[in-house]
Amino acid sequence: MTEPNRPSEQPGGGVPVSRPPIGATSGAPAEYPPASAAGRGMFGVHGTGDTSGFGGLVRQRVAVVSSPRPYGGYFDEVTDALEEAYPGFADAIENVVVDRGELTLHIRPERIAEVCQVLRDDASLRFELCSSVSGVDYLGSDARRLHVVYQLTSMTYRRQIRLEVAVTAEEPRVPSVTSVYPTADWQERETYDMFGVVFDGHPGMTRILMPDDWEGHPQRKDYPLGGVPVEYKGAEIPPPDERRSYQ
Amino acid sequence: MSTSTNPSYAESRETTEGRVFTVTGGDWDQVVSGHDPINDERLIVNMGPQHPSTHGVLRLILELEGETVREVRAVVGYLHTGIEKNLEYRNWVQGSTFVTRMDYLSPLFNETAYSLAVEKLLGITDEVTERASVIRVLMMELNRISSHLVWIATTALELGAVNMMLYGFREREYVLDIFELITGLRMNHAYVRPGGVAQDVPDEAIVKIREFLKMLPKRLKEYEDLLSGQPIWQERTKDVAVLDVTGCVALGVTGPVLRSAGLPWDLRKTMPYCGYENYEFDVPTTESGDVWGRYLVRMAEMRESLKIIEQALDKLRPGPIMVADKKIAWPAQLAIGVDGMGNSLEHVAKIMGQSMESLIHHFKLVTEGFRVPPGQVYVGIESPRGELGVHAVSDGGTRPYRVHYREPSFVNLQALPAISEGGLIADVIAGGASLDPVMGGCDR
Repeated sequence: MTEPNRPSEQPGGGVPVSRPPIGATSGAPAEYPPASAAGRGMFGVHGTGDTSGFGGLVRQRVAVVSSPRPYGGYFDEVTDALEEAYPGFADAIENVVVDRGELTLHIRPERIAEVCQVLRDDASLRFELCSSVSGVDYLGSDARRLHVVYQLTSMTYRRQIRLEVAVTAEEPRVPSVTSVYPTADWQERETYDMFGVVFDGHPGMTRILMPDDWEGHPQRKDYPLGGVPVEYKGAEIPPPDERRSYQ
Repeated sequence: MSTSTNPSYAESRETTEGRVFTVTGGDWDQVVSGHDPINDERLIVNMGPQHPSTHGVLRLILELEGETVREVRAVVGYLHTGIEKNLEYRNWVQGSTFVTRMDYLSPLFNETAYSLAVEKLLGITDEVTERASVIRVLMMELNRISSHLVWIATTALELGAVNMMLYGFREREYVLDIFELITGLRMNHAYVRPGGVAQDVPDEAIVKIREFLKMLPKRLKEYEDLLSGQPIWQERTKDVAVLDVTGCVALGVTGPVLRSAGLPWDLRKTMPYCGYENYEFDVPTTESGDVWGRYLVRMAEMRESLKIIEQALDKLRPGPIMVADKKIAWPAQLAIGVDGMGNSLEHVAKIMGQSMESLIHHFKLVTEGFRVPPGQVYVGIESPRGELGVHAVSDGGTRPYRVHYREPSFVNLQALPAISEGGLIADVIAGGASLDPVMGGCDR
């Protein structure tokens, strides 16, 4: 097992991002790839604006990579048990990532409900509790930018794993896991509300936190933030993503 | 001679002049017998979002048959403030000041969960000092007591025991005074920071906590004398809003509600953090799974928290309260000056007069913040309401890429239809209160 609570040696640690910044290895101040809509400084600043080198130049952008076996701890046991109990394992699992003492299984979106069913019901897995369902938008670093993340807890074995599925913004459809975990009901609604991921088979796919007639999905990285006009010579406080900032 | 007309409203017969109808009027008893006024008349009642017993801005839509609740739909989101989105435009340390405002009855849990997640991302979990962890535990357990006190106060108020409300808030005020003494603020502390805590616990606070430890057990006894034997309290809580373990787990309900159903699932025991494995305490449970059980569990939990606080005070050894890494720890030790709390004068003198490097370091760390290696983590802690989880994602920058809070209030509220449908409308209040939802946390 990788040492618990330590970042893995593997660059990127399971977060899909695109490529290392220029200058990241030479020791020169970091220059970043052209800014995506996800983050840009004010006054046209495209790098960090960091001339001191304090930033440590550690920012890395690499694709998600499967961890090599053995994963360590109970992770091998869980993966083996799932492989045994679920015939479609090879087809359904895209990647297995171990980072910072946590196991993440990247699942093909259309298989997520089946995998959850097996994880919940199999005697050697028993992930009874779905702790959390939420989304992450990897705009600009993953073609399938919308990820849905499921945190499962096995109360029997006191284990936790994470499932992750990725879909495109054009076809953001994921099967609902509410039939397996009724608790996912509101959390899937929230993910829909904030990221626009549509959960097929959900009993009532409506907004939950934003008003019903709201347009857009606020937690997406390309959601416009809007500035605040102030009554001083037509000035406007720019939206936070356009303010001068360090990255 | 038979006719084809419906016999129910008029008889008819054929005569030489044509068909003659005999209209006698219907038998009213017959008409109403097919209709049950108690059970057929469904009334849709909107409760909230401004209603004194919906714990903030929770809206319930109740479908009633007489006093029986047939369907409940909870509508949330009235207090949505976009905290998770806001976090993405502030640096990692500033996040503490946002998350503390989510669940305003348990701010220190929000902060600690966030800090633990950031520390896990940074890989410095083991470097957090002993004293910082003990202070975190101390503060969290005090906070658990103050949160449970508000629960008992508001729930009793909603069920008619108005004086209990005054007592509960009175004792909570004592805890908030302690918080003010330690953190400078009664609520929204931003005291627990990634890497440790913002400042050390002053000696006066220890004295005050010791006083509190002496005082509260007597007060808890008084509350129990007031409520436990009281017939109205018992009638309003016993066998009301029952949810068994299966229902709890399926609906994701954790915390005192799950424990009142009989499953001793407490993250402090089952997946310890902040050194909880070194404290001696019990996880109270009941078998009943009703409001009464939740009351007993919460009262018992306050006593367990007192035990933990006592042990934490004994464990409090002098030492640093922040990680040693100067690239993460806030550069200045905060101190109380004549104009309130701020950076210590020695530190200001050093960075302004002696060390340019210190000044640069201070400036960079405060304005830009530290970078967090890319990756994602999930940290769950046991808040007064159940599992409070933080899913934090970093892209390697100085600001969070995404932080999601698994809020127990949000998840637990889903159980409201399950525990109140089929019961009486008055029990919706008792059942809803027993889940202890805090809308600031629920809506974030």
